[in-house]
Order: sequence, then C-alpha cells, then structure tokens
Amino acid sequence: MRKWLALAFLILLGFFLAKITSAFPFGVESWGVSKHYVDKGIEENRGSNLVTSIVVNYRGFDTLGEVTVLFLAATALAFLLATCRCRRRYERWEASLIVKAASETLYPLLILFGAYIFIHGHLTPGGGFQGGTVIASAVMLMLLAHFTFHPNHKALSTLEGLAGMSFVLIGFAGLIWGGSFLANNIIPLGQWNRLFSAGVIPLIYVAVGFKVGFELSGLITDMMKTIKEE
Amino acid sequence: MAFFVASILLILIGLYAVLVKRNIMKIVIGLSLMDTGVNVLIISLGFIRGRTAPIVNVKDLLVNTSSKVVDPLPQALVLTAIVIGVAVTAVALSIVMLMYSKKNTLEIDEYKELKW
Amino acid sequence: MILEYFMLFLLFLMLALAIFAVETKDLLASVVAAGFVSLVASIVYLYLQAPDVAMTEAAIGAGLTTLIFIIAIRKTERYEK
Repeated sequence: MRKWLALAFLILLGFFLAKITSAFPFGVESWGVSKHYVDKGIEENRGSNLVTSIVVNYRGFDTLGEVTVLFLAATALAFLLATCRCRRRYERWEASLIVKAASETLYPLLILFGAYIFIHGHLTPGGGFQGGTVIASAVMLMLLAHFTFHPNHKALSTLEGLAGMSFVLIGFAGLIWGGSFLANNIIPLGQWNRLFSAGVIPLIYVAVGFKVGFELSGLITDMMKTIKEE
Repeated sequence: MAFFVASILLILIGLYAVLVKRNIMKIVIGLSLMDTGVNVLIISLGFIRGRTAPIVNVKDLLVNTSSKVVDPLPQALVLTAIVIGVAVTAVALSIVMLMYSKKNTLEIDEYKELKW
Repeated sequence: MILEYFMLFLLFLMLALAIFAVETKDLLASVVAAGFVSLVASIVYLYLQAPDVAMTEAAIGAGLTTLIFIIAIRKTERYEK
C-alpha cells in the first residue's frame, strides 16, 4: 500500500520536474551573470581557471560560509560520537605486507600530489577542495592499512583553525586596504598564466586546501577510532 | 536532453529509497544518490555544445572568451555542494550509529518514541 | 557520435547501478554500487566540460563517502532484513 502510494507520488513529481526542466534548453547558450565573470575574469583576476576565480573571488563569501558548514558538520560529528556507546567488538587486525608497504610508499606521494593540486589551483583544473580531498584520501589509505596509525588530533585541529583564520584575515586585509571584504587588489596581480599571479586567489585556495584536508582527515579518524578503544 | 532525464530519474530513485525502504542505512544511501542526481542536473544546465572547459590557458581563448567556453558558474556551485555533501552524510551516519547503539536494530519501524 | 552513444550507455549504467543499490539486501554491495554511481557521474562531468567537478567527485564520491559508509556498516549490521 505504502509502496504504491509512494510510486504514485514519485510519478507525479517526476512529471512536474520534467515539465520544469523541459523549459530549459540543453546545450545552447543562456548566459546570466556569469557572462561578466567569463569576459572580464582574466582582466580582473589574471587567473587562468575561471571556476577558481568564481569560487574564491566573485563568490568568495559563499565559500567562507561553506567552509564554516564543513567545520560545523565536523563538530557535530565529534559531539555525536562522543556520546555514542557504539559496539566495541573490534579485534586487532593485521594488513598484509604488500598493502602496508604500498600504502607507506604512496602516502607522501599522495600528499605531495594534493599540495600540487591546490598550489596550481588558479592555473589548471583543481584547487583547494580537490587537493584537500586527495590529502584526506592519503590519510584514509594509511588508516586502512595500519592498525596503529593515529594522526595527532590536536595538531590537526590547530592547523585547521589556523588555515580557516588565515582565510578570514586575508578577507579583512582586503577590507582594510582594498575597499571590500576579500578584495583582490591588495597585492600585485602579476601576469596571466604564471604561478605567481592572480593576487590573493592562490593564498586563499592554499588555506582552503589545508582546511578541507585536515577537516576531512579528522572526520574520518573520528569515525574510525570510536570502535578501536578496547 | 538525456542528461536531464537521467538526473531526474536518479533523484526519483533516491527519493523512492527514502520513502519506501525500512532500513535506515538504505535511507542514507538514497539521500546520497539524490545528491548525485541534483549535481548532474545543475552541471548539465550549464553545458553548451561544442565549447571547451572554462580554463583559459591558451592565447586563443583570451579574446571573446564567452563564445568559446561553457558556463563556469554551475560548476563553482556544485564544487562546494559535493564537499558539503560528504560532511552531511558523515553526520547522518553518526546519527545512525548512535540510534543503533540504543536499540540494536536498523529497522525504522522500531523507533516509534516520537509517534503518538 | 560514438562519444554520445558512450554517454548514453554510461547514463543507463548509472541508473541500473542506482536501482541495484536501492534494491539489494546486502548493504555492503549497495554501498559499493552507490560509490560506482559517483564514479560514473565523474566521467559524465568530464564529458560536460567540468574537470574541476570531476576531480572532486572522483575523490569524494568514490573514495571518502564509500569509506565512511563501510565504517558505519562495520559498526552496525551488514544485511537488511
């Protein structure tokens, strides 16, 4: 009964969603505000990657809010798991030698790759979010391969706080010397398509990369270690 | 057009899991499927046929950029939405773990303290 | 042209995997199928000229989300009744 009711509702909803989206043409031009971002983006920010200059500069305030949501989610998770008397039936295990050796070899390389991605965020595809998740997956690999691996939680949260704070401080520097919050005219913009260019965009994206990386690593560690106490 | 249809169907499949399934883990899986569906829908709204990615790293693209690249704004929005999605899923799963530690079951029908 | 047929195949694969993920009784298989949906979605993003989003989706959807689901299944139970 419940199943058929749900199916009827879904068919109705699907009909209306199809009706709405059929009003949007697929694959043809329909520019809104982003026409300005695309046409003036290089001139105003000198970053090759237009997605990065939207995420960090034009919509930088949204990104700050998003990073805050990430922080809140990690806090809520730590709080919930601290009150959880989850099942502690969890015996000690050993991964095989191949898994251990391979993960130890890959761990520094993956962290280097993540750093490469967020340092070049304004030139190539990638940026703080992608690099941060690559770093978090390096930590995930080590957690899966080694029973005793435990990242220092205090250091993780301190570094993460510093990274988040530097984002806000760069924003305030823009407010003081540039005229608006997160303004991109406080340091020289440089030349197009060079590593040291695009003003504060690489600085902010490096901060976001560290923040996302440490945040997600801490989150995985929290989830993984609550069962490891006995 | 196929992208719109597929993403709407993906959203509906996820919603079906949320509405019909009795297992809490299945409900969370349905939520994450809906997340993917919405992201594919938004990205395909910004797609323009025959254009390249919005990364201006050759001289050719510098002039008259808006007639050569796809719309970068939906991509910027989805980029942050994906990262939020994983954090929200983690919170949902920790709530599931907390619920399981109270009653030792994943069936949603057993949790009826809030019903009246 | 062949690329468009390949995309149609990928979209069908995505929907089939989603239905499998919803309907199977084994939660571990369900989670792996959901991770596969994300991986296919990242290839679709690449076709839609969104390399940034494709990178994020490949790292998060296929890696981290699957891992946290597996941790949660390990702490609860594997089979749906």
